Amino acid sequence: MRWLAYVLNRLAMMVPVIVGASFVCFLLLRASPVDPAKAYLSVSNIVPTEQAIAAVRAELGLDRSFWSQYGHWLWQLIHFDFGISFFSKLPVAKELAARLPITATLAVSSLFIAFVISIPLGIASALRKNRIIDHISRILAFLGASIPQFWLAYLLLYFLSVKLDWFPLQGADTWIHYVLPSFTLAFALIATYSRLLRAGLLESMEEPFVLYARARGLSTYKIIIHHVLRHAIKPVITAAGMNLGKLFAGAVIVEQIFSMPGMGGFFLESVYHRDYPVIQSYVLIMAIAFVVGNLAADVIQAYLDPRLTQKTNKGE
Amino acid sequence: MEGIRRIGWTVSQHKVLSICMVLISIIVLSGLLAPLIAPNDPNFVDLMHKLEGPSKQFPLGTDQLGRCLLSRLLYGTRVSLSLALLIVTSCLVIGTIIGCFAGYIGGKVDGLVMRICDAILAIPSLILAISLIAIWGAGWKQMAVALIIVQSVYYARFIRGLVKNIKQQTYITAAKIAGTSTLRLMTRHIIPNLLPPLFIVVTLEIGWVIMDISALSFIGLGVQSPTPEWGAMINEGKSFLRSHPRLMIVPGVMIFCMVAILNLLGEALSERKGLSRLLPKWAKEAKGS
Repeated sequence: MRWLAYVLNRLAMMVPVIVGASFVCFLLLRASPVDPAKAYLSVSNIVPTEQAIAAVRAELGLDRSFWSQYGHWLWQLIHFDFGISFFSKLPVAKELAARLPITATLAVSSLFIAFVISIPLGIASALRKNRIIDHISRILAFLGASIPQFWLAYLLLYFLSVKLDWFPLQGADTWIHYVLPSFTLAFALIATYSRLLRAGLLESMEEPFVLYARARGLSTYKIIIHHVLRHAIKPVITAAGMNLGKLFAGAVIVEQIFSMPGMGGFFLESVYHRDYPVIQSYVLIMAIAFVVGNLAADVIQAYLDPRLTQKTNKGE
Repeated sequence: MEGIRRIGWTVSQHKVLSICMVLISIIVLSGLLAPLIAPNDPNFVDLMHKLEGPSKQFPLGTDQLGRCLLSRLLYGTRVSLSLALLIVTSCLVIGTIIGCFAGYIGGKVDGLVMRICDAILAIPSLILAISLIAIWGAGWKQMAVALIIVQSVYYARFIRGLVKNIKQQTYITAAKIAGTSTLRLMTRHIIPNLLPPLFIVVTLEIGWVIMDISALSFIGLGVQSPTPEWGAMINEGKSFLRSHPRLMIVPGVMIFCMVAILNLLGEALSERKGLSRLLPKWAKEAKGS
């Protein structure tokens, strides 16, 4: 029960963020110097006569008041109606849903790669502090923070696909197509996570319960796996939750480079077409992904460390 | 003699800092002096010499239009650095105004401003910048405004936190009791104390903004051809990945070096000043995307 209360409390805190973000998305269209009706006509290759503009304005509901438009838009969103794409004339929700699996696979596999590499690396560099492995992970962290993602993607493409022919150049048909894009996205995360984990481990190793475990004669390996890791990994979980949005943002460029027909690449195409409904919906979905990511991180942390749920109930 | 010895001592005490400073000066100077040191006109199209390898006339070879790669890189330094400085300075000004305002007044105003910031921060900054550019149309001016809007929010939040912290210090209370006006309190007591942490954040931020500029120019939304910009150059060079990878690799090395040096400098500064705990989470985290 306490656990549920904690999650609901967190969920309630997210609601204003989502509403605020939806308002930002709605304002986006208002910031346009071009009348959306004219943009619609130019995308559809219709001559913008006064009659045509008036017809489109009525169709898009642009003739109504600001708040009525916002309310109408929100109402549609709640019913998963993201509007109709200017370009393809298909429902945006359908277009995005068709591409979601590719982007989601990419995001999940990037997170997976990041964890699989950074957890052993973080543990090793904490155990061998200031030794070779620690220096290697430090250099990796530095590279991760300084290499532009799109450039890394091309370097991987050139050396591993063109030169060595190990991976396909583009597409998203089999799992092997996902290796390079996922690694591109994961690279910066590996850097951050392994350093965060190292710092967390070094801090947790000073805790009294570690001393107790040592006194019981447990091996360092057992202490780390069974006792320390669940505490030390908390900052990494928080970071991963916050990074979910970033992963989607990175996917925009990476999907385009590797020609993957995902949501990100679709968003970028819509940007070139000025397909406003798609842009608006995509931005909102990103905000929701961010919120969901944070929420998931909170829930996992509460699971790892039940003390967190007690605090909120006592009103902190 | 004494002076030289002193400089030598300072350098040996702060090795990383000194090396970074020297490297940054070299990059800034090469950008400033580009018209003097560039071997060729960066925009001179010479189809007779297209896609040539390094030679005496073209030290790094030429691109698909026969333009000198080295000259374009040097001029590109100017473009990236000046745009980054423009964006970061504007963000700093806007962020300081909003942050001081919200942090100093506190209460409901502060709550409202922070809720707005939260809503904007929920959207990945690059996505929001891309959407703004999508609506305004591609170009370096639109890109600059979009990045300023998006980044200012981070600054506002960060500065607001600092101001709240400073406001609780005893010397502020003392100044208030002494009858110092709010404006004077701001300019004389609060803003000077913001500067050291801000300086470090700005160092790191310039690197990240250069990365954002290059990413946006790479996808064709930022600096437009034929203006030499590193990201845009990678975009132009990507079609020659198989035959002439040089066109894609070289500009990337420039971006990497620039960002790497700024990151090193920022880290060295924050370690020296013991200010790393003042850095907000978003500043510490590697800004990968």
